[in-house]
Amino acid sequence: MSKTKSAKQTDKAVKSEKRKAWWAEYKRSMRYALHVITHPFDGFWDLTHEHRGTLAAAHTFLILFLITRVLKLLCTNFQFINAPVQHINVFEEMGSLLLPFLILCLANWAMTTLFDGKGRFKDIYMAMCYALVPYVLIQLPMVLISNALTFEEASLHSVMLAISVIWCVFLVFVALMEVHDYSPGKTLVFLVVTVVGACIIIFLLLVFFSLLSDAFGFFVSVYREASYRLH
Amino acid sequence: MRHETDFDYRRENPVKVVKRALAALCCLMLLLPAAALADDSFNLNRDGFSTSYTYGYDYWGDVQESPDAYRVATVIDSITLGLESLDNKLMAKPQSLFMRNDDLYIVDTGNSRILQVRFEGHKYSLYRVISGVNGCDVTAFSSPYDVFVDEQDNIYVADYGNQRVVMMDKDLNWIKEFVKPTDATFDQNLDFLPKKIVVDVAGRLYAMVQNVNKGLVKYEADGTFTGYIGANQVTVSMTDYIWKKYFQTQAQRDASASFVPTEYENVYIDKEGFIYATTTTFSEYDLKWDNAKPIRRLNGLGNDILIKNDRYPPIGDLDWLEGDSTYYGPSRMTDITVFDNDIYIALDRVRGRLFGYDNQGVMLWAFGTRGNIEGAFTSVISIEHRGFDLFVLDQMENSVTVFTPTEYGLKIYDAIEKYQDGKYDESAAIWQDVLKQNANYPLAFRGIGRAVMRQDKYQEAMEYFKMAHDRENYGRAFKLYRKEWIEKNIWWIFLGIAVLLVVPLVLGKRKRMQWEVIMHEQNKVRKANG
Repeated sequence: MSKTKSAKQTDKAVKSEKRKAWWAEYKRSMRYALHVITHPFDGFWDLTHEHRGTLAAAHTFLILFLITRVLKLLCTNFQFINAPVQHINVFEEMGSLLLPFLILCLANWAMTTLFDGKGRFKDIYMAMCYALVPYVLIQLPMVLISNALTFEEASLHSVMLAISVIWCVFLVFVALMEVHDYSPGKTLVFLVVTVVGACIIIFLLLVFFSLLSDAFGFFVSVYREASYRLH
Repeated sequence: MRHETDFDYRRENPVKVVKRALAALCCLMLLLPAAALADDSFNLNRDGFSTSYTYGYDYWGDVQESPDAYRVATVIDSITLGLESLDNKLMAKPQSLFMRNDDLYIVDTGNSRILQVRFEGHKYSLYRVISGVNGCDVTAFSSPYDVFVDEQDNIYVADYGNQRVVMMDKDLNWIKEFVKPTDATFDQNLDFLPKKIVVDVAGRLYAMVQNVNKGLVKYEADGTFTGYIGANQVTVSMTDYIWKKYFQTQAQRDASASFVPTEYENVYIDKEGFIYATTTTFSEYDLKWDNAKPIRRLNGLGNDILIKNDRYPPIGDLDWLEGDSTYYGPSRMTDITVFDNDIYIALDRVRGRLFGYDNQGVMLWAFGTRGNIEGAFTSVISIEHRGFDLFVLDQMENSVTVFTPTEYGLKIYDAIEKYQDGKYDESAAIWQDVLKQNANYPLAFRGIGRAVMRQDKYQEAMEYFKMAHDRENYGRAFKLYRKEWIEKNIWWIFLGIAVLLVVPLVLGKRKRMQWEVIMHEQNKVRKANG
């Protein structure tokens, strides 16, 4: 009995040890984002090739990005944003960002695997999430700051927003370049190809779902017909 | 070297993390101000327009119901004017109205005459029938389209069928005629068909002539033609030009409409001598970006100087459904009238609607509809005013509907006028009354906000400006409030900064001292050992 107890205890100890290590790794990979956004060329290479990033951190950044977006719409002072709060659906707003994001990641993966891109889907997703960090870092404080600015200072607000977006776009570009080990020109071409791929995916999804609903409708009508006949 | 447990999280944790993240996301979504499920469809008809007779638009362009600004006072038609017993010629396709002092002139185009109706003893009765002019070759009118009466009671008639504008004194004696210009700029093959006329205080005549798209034809007081003013500028976009020039065959080019400026629909001259003009030929796309400019205010040079300080330009209905153009589609202003306080009312012939705008281009109210009951129209053609009363001419019903403002409508006018006169506090008090009747009235919030701000109550002013969605004024109020706040809390701010600076310093120092103590101890041990 004492043996099992001690075994349990060691098991517990190992588990807590693991959890601690996981937290340490998580924190380190979160902190690593600061390095990535300031040193994108080295940062994105090490992120995937040297396993400096973690998926958990990537998920966190994506969620923070979505939250930032929603908070921006809801809490930015009305002087700086035209958001009809009475018409905004939080889930819709999040979905309208999350879905294109995932589809673009998927499209990029699908296209680059065919043309010797080094990145796996996981790597692409992680790099993209890390590339969103400046958006969160700048826009989240700007939501607060916007409530202390006047209409005359709108230019400050818009400049900050522009910086965050430009930074993100630049990071996305570098991230894809480093993850796939592409040249800048090839990356540029594949950005366009990715968008085309995303359009194809969306088209296929639409076709698929419309066919699915038609097929479903067919079986439902067959069932109805049969049940009428049987009764 | 990596720790043993280091890679484990990769295998087992992602699912957990995703789950946890999703849970957190859900919690957050619940905490956020719930996506307001506000749906404005409750005050919209199936045709996309308001369920109430009178309405307005909020900042988002959504229809907001409003109390009635106008009520029907009476309807003037052939029966009430006694035309049956006079000569049994009922009004036929009347085309225009004109008001001077207490006299309402109805241009009874179908019968080639003008009915002068006088307001006496609280009712409108026929004063005289003007069917011609004395003392010239052609005395009888031939389908006149418009009439204008100047301050000296001289009457101008746009005698469409006789291709002239004739001027006569109040006893109908011929004074002079304005005829087809012999100038080279006027196409001599065209008939001279004046449809709408206005005359300024100096006796200059501006005529809107059918088939002339160079603007309004202008005559000096002595009858000489002096050119055109206010031509619609022809704007050709680059893409249009390239498309037409390089991608269309000659046949296609001939078939498609050429780039010609549009004609005006109607004109009105305000008390300052500026001409208000409306046009109904425009593309829907241009309307929203304010390139169409369906309502214009022309200065002496013919430039549009209409003030547009609202989010939306004055184009009538902001939203419309596509469909049968006799009811759907954008508003098309067939006539306009301007009060003495620069509030102007435009008349939409598509849905029989009246739109009131203040001198800043902010919509005050909109009302009117198609139908057969009082206050509804079949085919509106002209609008006039007397004081704040409105007269709307219906060419199919052959009637003039007289509207008088309600208490609510009068309050709006009163508040605007008080503000224009610089009586800001009185104006704000009236706006408060307006708000009691209509809490969706941005202009009222703005008016009160301005008055409150003048009393240095910045925070309160900010609330009002926020309700009005007036960013500039909110910014001004907020700037002053922010200044006041900083001045009041300056010591707390200093204290906060001091704490922020000092605390890390102290903590750092303490840590350093601890470190030194440890080093000292270690050195001691080392020395003892060494």
